[in-house]
Amino acid sequence: MILLVLEQTLNGLQYGVMLLLMAAGLTLVFGIMNLVNLAHGSLYMVGAYLATGFYQWTGSFLASVALALAATLVVGIVVEVVALRTLYERDHLDQVLATFGLILFFNELIAIVWGRAALYSSLPGWLSGHMQVLPGVRYPVYRALVILVGLVVAALLYLMVTRTRLGMLIRAGASNRTMVAALGVNIRLLYTVVFGVGAALAGLAGLIAGPIYAVQPGMGEQILIQVFVVIVIGGIGSIRGAVVGAVIVGMVDTLGRAFLKPVLSIVLSPSAADTAGPALASMLIYMLMAAVLAVRPQGLFPVR
Amino acid sequence: MARSPRALTLAAGVLMLALVPVAAELLDQPFYVDLFRRIMIFAIAALSLDLILGYGGMVSFGHAAYLGIGAYAVGVLTHHGIANGYLQWSLAILGSALVALAIGAVSIRTSGVYFIMITLAFTQMLYYLGISIEEYGGDDGMRLAVRSQFPGLLDLRNATAFYYLVLGILLLFLLLGQRLVDARFGMVIRAARSNEPRARAIGFSPYRYKLTAFVISGAMCGLAGALLVNQTEYLTPEFMHWTRSGEIMFMVILGGIGTLMGPVLGAAVFLLLEDVLSAWTVHWQIILGPFLVLVVLFAKKGLIGLVPDEAAPGG
Repeated sequence: MILLVLEQTLNGLQYGVMLLLMAAGLTLVFGIMNLVNLAHGSLYMVGAYLATGFYQWTGSFLASVALALAATLVVGIVVEVVALRTLYERDHLDQVLATFGLILFFNELIAIVWGRAALYSSLPGWLSGHMQVLPGVRYPVYRALVILVGLVVAALLYLMVTRTRLGMLIRAGASNRTMVAALGVNIRLLYTVVFGVGAALAGLAGLIAGPIYAVQPGMGEQILIQVFVVIVIGGIGSIRGAVVGAVIVGMVDTLGRAFLKPVLSIVLSPSAADTAGPALASMLIYMLMAAVLAVRPQGLFPVR
Repeated sequence: MARSPRALTLAAGVLMLALVPVAAELLDQPFYVDLFRRIMIFAIAALSLDLILGYGGMVSFGHAAYLGIGAYAVGVLTHHGIANGYLQWSLAILGSALVALAIGAVSIRTSGVYFIMITLAFTQMLYYLGISIEEYGGDDGMRLAVRSQFPGLLDLRNATAFYYLVLGILLLFLLLGQRLVDARFGMVIRAARSNEPRARAIGFSPYRYKLTAFVISGAMCGLAGALLVNQTEYLTPEFMHWTRSGEIMFMVILGGIGTLMGPVLGAAVFLLLEDVLSAWTVHWQIILGPFLVLVVLFAKKGLIGLVPDEAAPGG
C-alpha cells in the first residue's frame, strides 16, 4: 500500500511537471502580452506529433526531441507573427474566439496529415525499463526522467526570469510595456521571443506526453483546460503560482483517480463507489478551483 | 410610422422562418424543416448567451453546459420512463437555472480572463461528469426512446408542429429579451458592463443583477437543450463539449454582439455554412477556423452591422 502511494505520488509529480511546462508559457504570455491564448494546447499537440513523426523518420529519440523542439518553436513564432500579433490590443473575447479558430484549424490540419486515430509512440530501449528509486521501489525510467527534466527546466526558467537581461525585460514589459518601449527596447521582438519560449515549452510538454498518453487531434485541449485550472488557482501571470498550482493539480488529479474509489468503497457500497469514484475523481480539480476562488478570487499568488 | 431597416429585416426573417415548412412541403424537401428547426434551437442558445455576453459583458465560455443540463433532464427522465414534456422541460429549465446559479455565484466574483477560464473549467467538469456516468450512456450517450410528450397539446413527432413550437419559443424569447434589455434591470446590467465602479457609485449592487441575468440566460439555454435533444433524439456528453460553447459564442459574434437579432442571424449563417462546407469536405473545420479568425479581426460588428439601425432620414 505504501509503495502504491509512493508510486502514485511520483506519477502526480510527473503530471504536475507537465502541467507546469504548459502553464509557464501560458502565464508568461498572459502576464506580458495580456493575451489569452487558447491555441497553446495546439502547440502541445504539434510538439507531440512532430516528435512522433521525427522519431519514426530518424530512428533516434534524442534527434527527434531536438528537431521537434526547434520545429515547435518555429511554428509558435509563425503563429505569433501571422495571427496573434494583431490581437494584443484587442479585448479578451476577441482573443478567445480567434485562438479558438486557430485550434479548429490545427486539429483539422493534424487530422488531415496523420488521421484521427490515436498514435502511440514507442520509447528507445534505454528509456523503457524500470529503475530503483528506493530500496524495493521500482519506477519507470522515462517518468523519472520527465520529472527531472521538468524540474531542471523550471529552475532554468526561474533563473532566466530573475537573473538575466531577457528576464529583466520580461518583468519590465509585464509591469509597463509603454515605458519599456520608450526606453528603446524592441517590444515586438521581445513579444515574439517570449511567445517562442512559451511555444517551445508547450512543445516540450507535448513531446514528453507522446510516449505516456495517446497522441491524437484534440489532445491539446484536454490538458489546456486543466492548465487553466492550474493558473486560476495559482494566480494568472505568476510563475510562482504556476509552479504551486501545477504541483497541486497534478497531485490531486492523479491521487484522486488512484485512491478515491477504494476510499469511497469503505463508506459506500461497492457499486455506488464504482460509479461515484471515477465521476468524483474527474471533477476533483474543478471543485478545488471553486474552493480556492471562494477564498481568494485572484488565486493563491495574485500578481497585482 | 417609419420603421428602421432592422425592424423590417426582423419582420422579413420571421416571415421567412414561418414559411419554411410550407416551402419544404412544396419542394418535397422535408430535410429543410429539420435544418431550420436546428438553426432556431441554436438561435435560442446564442440569444441566451448574448444577453449576458453582449449586454452584460460576461464572457461565458461555458454556455454548452446548460444545453447539456437541459438535454440530460429530458434524457434521464425518459430513461426512467417519464416522458411527460411539461415535467421534463420544467426540470430542464429549473436544473439549468440552479447550475447557472452555482457557477455564476463563483465566477461572477471574478472578472475578465478569470471569468472566461472558470466558466470553461466548470463546463468541462460537467462534461466529464456526463462521460463518467455509465447509467446514462457514459461516453457513447444514449438514444432518446420517445420525444417529450404533451398530451392534448401537440405531438413532437409531427415535424411541422415541432417546428412551429420552436419558432414560437424563439419569438417569445426575442420579445422577452427586448423587454428585459429595455427594462430597469437591463439598464443596470448594461451600466455594469460599461462602467462597474460608476454603477456601484450610484447605488446599485451589480453582483446580484449580473447573477440574475446569468441565471436567466442559463435557464433559457437549458430549454434550448431540451429542444435539441428532442431534435436529435440522441443524448451525448458532446452537447457539453467545450467546442460547442465556442461555436455558440461564434454565432453571437458572427451575427452581431449586443443585439437581439444578431445571434439568430449568426446561428443561421453558421449552421448553413457548416451544412454546405461539410457536404463539400469532411475537413470543413480547416476552412471554418481561419474564417472565424478573419471575422474576429475584420468584422467586429457582425452581419447585423451591415443593416443600419436607424430609419433613413425621411424614410
